Amino acid sequence: MKANSIKGYCRLAAFLMLLFSLASYGDQEVSTQQPLLDALNNLKQGSMSEREQAITQLAGIGQSSLGILQALLDGKLFTLKSDAKLVIGIDNNQGYDISDAVSGTALGAIERADVNKINLTNKLRVSLRKIIGELELSADDPLIRLAAVKAMGNEDDDAVLALLQARAGVEKDATVLKAINVVFLLKEMNSSDKAVRIKAIEALKEQNNLDVVNRLNVMVEKDEGGNYLETDVEVRNIAKAALIKINSRLQLYSTIETVFFGLSLGAVLVLAAIGLAITFGVMGVINMAHGELMMLGAYTTYVMQQLMPNHLGVSVLLSIPAAFMISALVGIAIERGIIRFLYGRPLETLLATFGVSLILQQSVRSIFSPLNRSVATPEWMSGSWQINDFLSLTWNRFYILVFCLMVFVLLLQILKRTRLGLEVRAVAQNRNMARAMGIPTAKVDALTFGLGSGIAGVAGVALSQITNVGPNLGQAYIVDSFMVVVFGGVGNLWGTLVAGFVLGIANKFLEPFAGAVLAKILVLVFIILFIQKRPRGLFPQKGRAADS
Amino acid sequence: MKLTGLGHDKTATMVLVALAAVTFIIPFCNLALPADSPMHFSAYTVSLLGKYLTFALLGLSLDLVWGYCGILALGHGAFFALGGYAMGMYLMRQIGTRGVYGDPLLPDFMVFLNWKELPWYWLGFDHFWFALLMVVLVPGVLAFVFGWLAFRSRVTGVYLSIITQALTYALLLAFFRNEMGFGGNNGLTDFKELLGFNIQSEAVRAMLLMMSGITLMTAFLVCRWLVNTKLGRVVTAIRDQESRVRFLGYRVEMFKLWIFVFAAMLAGVAGALYVPQVGIINPSEFSPLNSLEIVIWVAMGGRGTLYGAIIGAVLVNYSKTVLTGLMPEIWLFSLGAVFVIVTVLLPDGIVGLLRRRLQEQHS
Amino acid sequence: MTSFAENSFGEDEKSSSGILLAEGQLDTRHGPILYLENVSVSFDGFKALNELSLYIDAGELRCLIGPNGAGKTTLMDVITGKTRPDTGSVFFGQTIDLLKMDEPAIAQAGICRKFQKPSVFDALTVFENLELALKADKRTWPTLFNRLNGEQRDRINQIIETIGLGAHHQLRAGILSHGQKQWLEIGMLLMQEPKVMLVDEPIAGMTHQEIERTAELLLSLQGQHSIVVVEHDMEFVRSIASKVTVLHEGSVLTEGTMDEVQNDPRVIQVYLGG
Repeated sequence: MKANSIKGYCRLAAFLMLLFSLASYGDQEVSTQQPLLDALNNLKQGSMSEREQAITQLAGIGQSSLGILQALLDGKLFTLKSDAKLVIGIDNNQGYDISDAVSGTALGAIERADVNKINLTNKLRVSLRKIIGELELSADDPLIRLAAVKAMGNEDDDAVLALLQARAGVEKDATVLKAINVVFLLKEMNSSDKAVRIKAIEALKEQNNLDVVNRLNVMVEKDEGGNYLETDVEVRNIAKAALIKINSRLQLYSTIETVFFGLSLGAVLVLAAIGLAITFGVMGVINMAHGELMMLGAYTTYVMQQLMPNHLGVSVLLSIPAAFMISALVGIAIERGIIRFLYGRPLETLLATFGVSLILQQSVRSIFSPLNRSVATPEWMSGSWQINDFLSLTWNRFYILVFCLMVFVLLLQILKRTRLGLEVRAVAQNRNMARAMGIPTAKVDALTFGLGSGIAGVAGVALSQITNVGPNLGQAYIVDSFMVVVFGGVGNLWGTLVAGFVLGIANKFLEPFAGAVLAKILVLVFIILFIQKRPRGLFPQKGRAADS
Repeated sequence: MKLTGLGHDKTATMVLVALAAVTFIIPFCNLALPADSPMHFSAYTVSLLGKYLTFALLGLSLDLVWGYCGILALGHGAFFALGGYAMGMYLMRQIGTRGVYGDPLLPDFMVFLNWKELPWYWLGFDHFWFALLMVVLVPGVLAFVFGWLAFRSRVTGVYLSIITQALTYALLLAFFRNEMGFGGNNGLTDFKELLGFNIQSEAVRAMLLMMSGITLMTAFLVCRWLVNTKLGRVVTAIRDQESRVRFLGYRVEMFKLWIFVFAAMLAGVAGALYVPQVGIINPSEFSPLNSLEIVIWVAMGGRGTLYGAIIGAVLVNYSKTVLTGLMPEIWLFSLGAVFVIVTVLLPDGIVGLLRRRLQEQHS
Repeated sequence: MTSFAENSFGEDEKSSSGILLAEGQLDTRHGPILYLENVSVSFDGFKALNELSLYIDAGELRCLIGPNGAGKTTLMDVITGKTRPDTGSVFFGQTIDLLKMDEPAIAQAGICRKFQKPSVFDALTVFENLELALKADKRTWPTLFNRLNGEQRDRINQIIETIGLGAHHQLRAGILSHGQKQWLEIGMLLMQEPKVMLVDEPIAGMTHQEIERTAELLLSLQGQHSIVVVEHDMEFVRSIASKVTVLHEGSVLTEGTMDEVQNDPRVIQVYLGG
């Protein structure tokens, strides 16, 4: 037993160290090479010809100068008026957040008047774009190459096509190759040769690509004079068939996407409701402050980020145990201080905990200001998983879905396999009998409430990643999470899980027809009607005990 | 009914006398006495008191449902708001061409949304009698439909509380929508006239205070009569032993429905009196917090006594006015504390506390 | 509004069951007033009643005994409409199908019940408790405008004397003793002028004298009402019952006089655990 736990600690420590090393990976030293400095010196000079020369020099250096070139193209490259240092600046409404162009080190915020922007002529911009494209096409990361191909495909320029052609010869990555192929097939659809056009359509109809859809749509449309843009009937029909085929796939992907959105909303609902399911279902206690315990969890994440601003990922991961502890402690305090005097009076518990929720809300408002705080999302959680043009799943929602399932399984295991779980279930079934058998019911009550509250805190960490953190965060979820518990059937964790996902998906499927607000109203009305038909929810507890 | 006893009638009489004083003396002092007289009450005080009286009426109606019938309705504010909207719609129609856009038919927000004609559910609201009818009918019908469904399938206890809360939450979301045709986020405001009189004038405000007071006193007497009828006793019996009542041959759901609908109508009247005095009705009246506040008025005053609800409503709202005036951030702290203290330490509210004191003195 | 809906509900009731509140329509010409045939109820796989058949004659006083879990309370739940059986039929007289009626309708039809745990309204006085039970029009509006007439008042006072609470009629029921509450509840049954009284453990918590008076009361009611008594106290059962039914595991084990039943080897085995 003891040896095991020590081993466990070692593993945890190793895991944490790994995380730290990953987090600091981004600060790697950029080797300062002489050619780069020369080129940058040239760039700073006033004349356009020197800048042109600098660009060529930078292009010669290769991948490492890509960031500077892109900043130059986007108009984000500046020199400091004070010491002529070259910096990259990002607009923050008041001025710029700047970082060193060479090392990438953050240098804080600065006034607009303190910098000079490095300007370009149109001609330079065109050639710069080409150079960037070229560099990107040969980048090591296939995702960058893919993006470059997509951007270049839209440009009707023989030189660009030649670049792509050249790349196609050496490209190893199948996805990038396919993208290049699509670019050329799209060009072939403009061919005057009917056979080439048909062949291109046949090849393209298997692609999940928005450009293809747009191009095919053009083929079956009429111009203002009422003539088809594609003159050949046969080609038109083939194009129509191809469109139908692509559209049916589009439909499928959009259904998948809706289900995914529904699941991720459901995951949030489940996370919010599952702690409630414990306190309400197992203990029969209505905790109106549950939403505020979630809010505490979200604020814990915010504070953790303030404490370690340079390690976003680690701070979010560490927030999970921290939020659990804080919310659990507050929960235990609520149970010991108030709820234990009110057992057997559920309506009174509801009112008292509502009072607690007001106090918690106002405390947060007084401490952190009533304004929303934004919690940053670590890099591995931001962005999305672009499966194809038609389907992309955002990482943060994906992680929350996974996280929700992990929490659920963990909780189930705690209730099933630990001593605490056994005692909780015993007390839930027959309080007096449990006490008679020597189970310390008061302690179990406090711990159960702490567990439910702690999970609310953990849910708050998840929420902080998808929504603003503010004093009203909890209120927005309390009605919903009660609905989930009641819909699923009180005292049944699986019911809560199913109910959360069902409601999430239903909500997302209704949204396109009804709009977000109306969808929510419809779901609420549905549950109100449902509870009247089946007052014990989807998965009711049966038997004589449930009747009393 | 717990509190039947000697002090009962005395307290009720005292509350009635106090109400009568507020209803008749304060408007008189406001209108008849010069502004520099020490007995003069400002227009601000008059509308503030008028507002408290409508809240007291609202608390009274909840006490019927919760204190006597045991239904902890967490959506009672919805009926208040609906009554308020019905009155607000009448007041909107009275604006006529005096709106910003000067449209004779459409309220400003509809012109702003580019609506061409009045929605059908706005028809008739230019008549005062029709609006009054809707003030009781709309909350009544909603309570009837909701109660019919809920009570018949025997949804009780916290489940009922939660779905009543969901009801008002759904309405809150719905009324926020511009497409609903009730002014969306901003609600209905900028009223000009009530029955042809300037709604801002002191005389109208004083009249409204009087109307609120008279309505509250009438409602109080009617409710007192009601809880002392056999129906009142059946309702109390339902609170304590629902299934036993059923086995005596009463249709419990019908009695609950009756009292729920009646209380909803009273709440609607309270809302209708409230809106012209504050000059605005917006969706925030539907917020679950508002409904919970009503519950705490009743709990603090002492539920199941009727006058407890009146005392509680006035007391809590007076504290709210004072505290939000002094230090806005302290109000929610105190409200939260009141929730906790009343439920844990004062289950019978202030009235119960006073009664116990009195009994101790007697014995 | 309310009364309209209620009327429509009432009519609905009539059309579905055919009969409601029917003085004279209760058909007991064949003897029995309650017919239970092949009734089964199960909770989560546990058979509380198992193919139970039972007949109660008009005017009879019947005692039900049986060990815990034999299904006595479930049986009462089925008769009064609280629990719906999975299979079987329950008729009141020859023609009234109790399975198509809900609790209030069954109560109004004349089947009244005293619960195991005394269920009186603590917040109301003894008099008010009985007033609520009084046989009357129990719809909302008539209840609202109900005024007691002299005859009804006399009836209530008479019952108060019968149950021995004459000195306490203005007291709140909540402060009565356990035994007094039991009697008050029996009084509430009598106020309903029932045809069938189901009495669940009437003497729990009573003194010896109170038990004797309860036995007298029940015996005096026999004949005017059909009475079914569930009781564990064998001495009490012996003192009142002419016919005893023994339930075991959800069905009737045996029926007969107390002596017959007590000498039945199966009953002995069930009670002593064979």
